[in-house]
Amino acid sequence: MTEFLMPSLGADMEEGTFLEWLVKPGERVSRGQVVCVVETQKGAVDVEIWESGIVDSLVAERGQVIPVGSVMALIHSERETAKGAREAKKAIPKGVDREKAKKGDEAPRRRAASKVEGKGGTATAEGAPTPDAGRRIRISPAARKRALELGVDPAEVTATGPGGVVCLADVERIGAPATRSDNGTVAKNRTRSTESVADAESRRLAMREAIATAMARSNREIPHYYLGTSIDAGPALRWLERHNTGLPVAERLLFALMQLRAVALALRDVPTLNGWMVDDAFRQAEAVHLGVAIALRGGGLIAPALRNADTLGSTEMMAALRDLLQRARTGQLRSSELTDTGITITNLGDLGVESVYGVIYPPQVALVGFGRVMDRPWVDDGKIIATRCVHTTLAADHRVTDGAVGARFLGRLTDLLQEPESLWGK
Amino acid sequence: MGKMTPDAVRAAVIDCILSVAPEADFDTLRPSKPWRDQLEIDSFDFQNILVAIDARLGVDVPESDYRKLATMDELVGYIISRLSA
Repeated sequence: MTEFLMPSLGADMEEGTFLEWLVKPGERVSRGQVVCVVETQKGAVDVEIWESGIVDSLVAERGQVIPVGSVMALIHSERETAKGAREAKKAIPKGVDREKAKKGDEAPRRRAASKVEGKGGTATAEGAPTPDAGRRIRISPAARKRALELGVDPAEVTATGPGGVVCLADVERIGAPATRSDNGTVAKNRTRSTESVADAESRRLAMREAIATAMARSNREIPHYYLGTSIDAGPALRWLERHNTGLPVAERLLFALMQLRAVALALRDVPTLNGWMVDDAFRQAEAVHLGVAIALRGGGLIAPALRNADTLGSTEMMAALRDLLQRARTGQLRSSELTDTGITITNLGDLGVESVYGVIYPPQVALVGFGRVMDRPWVDDGKIIATRCVHTTLAADHRVTDGAVGARFLGRLTDLLQEPESLWGK
Repeated sequence: MGKMTPDAVRAAVIDCILSVAPEADFDTLRPSKPWRDQLEIDSFDFQNILVAIDARLGVDVPESDYRKLATMDELVGYIISRLSA
């Protein structure tokens, strides 16, 4: 039996409030599947399971506050099931002919499955979808939480979210019919602002507390060093303008995407900035999952992972980034996106500041900051020319790297942005 | 798409913005001042709003026209002119 535990979704998380199971006892789960929803200080998160198998029993209940590392469910993992089958095969008495033994091979699995069925009380065959699975409501975690609070049945809600997902506004439309008016737009707006001031306030406070914990730990434990350099953004911006001409809006790339890509590629050359300090030792990340700092409306900040940023094509990467941003803001992030980022990138460009000096998000060891694009005089080959430049900074952990390594990283980043065609080159 | 009144276009544009930024408060928005600053719309949000406008109204705004969309009045006016073109 394998224990499915409350995950740690960031250095600042000590416990989570359990919201809902999306699976039932007896149901087959596969690696990477979202099995439950947990409310954290940073909002509701879809939690994935990393072991395939069959759900034995669900321990966590709605509303329960569960410390990180405590049991939420028990799973018959696939490995155990396979082991059980092998042992049963060995137990077949000698003298039984091979043909029969082969047939017998399948029997223990079936028996194991039927035993789970009995326990779970739902008569479902192993691997077959549960009767509910076909009509499971696709609903965002935030909307699910709100539906529970309002006593709204998600099945009664008309979904307007992308891909037929029930979103927060859908639930609130049903949950607060008194505030509905003929002018749908304004009503939606008002509903949101009056509906749960106390709720929004407690969410905001929880988020502040989470950030305070992580950042205080960072400044207490991490000996930061800071480097900064001005990068000529002209070549990248000109490449981008050419690339985007004639493309429909949805397919256009953003400058921010080129910056993220350049960071991802530079990390391949300077991998010691991508990873974590675990028990006083540096553990290098195996893949380039960039934490993209996203300011949340109503306050707060979250930095979920843009996964495999060094291998995605430009169109895929843009789509992945847009999807990530959308889900961060609607509370539909997955647990893996909050746990395996090896570095954070903050881009305050749109807020109009020239430079951002970041605080590293522990246990990560580096943070890259981009300021806004500025029109500046630039000296090129002895002549003063007008150019657009971006001040770029690196905050890094001196326990892991020294300034020379950080400087090499910023140098590589600068080179990559001077040769934009190489960012997604063949 | 049938002919839309200016009010209907404005309402549709507002819906597109709300689909990306549900907290946007149009009651206090000053229509002749830059709307992106007032509503804290970054470049990702802006692009998503344009995607929504394209899907809803069939108007694909080229990047070279972005500077014509600074205020809410300009944005709505631009969409109206494109719809009637």
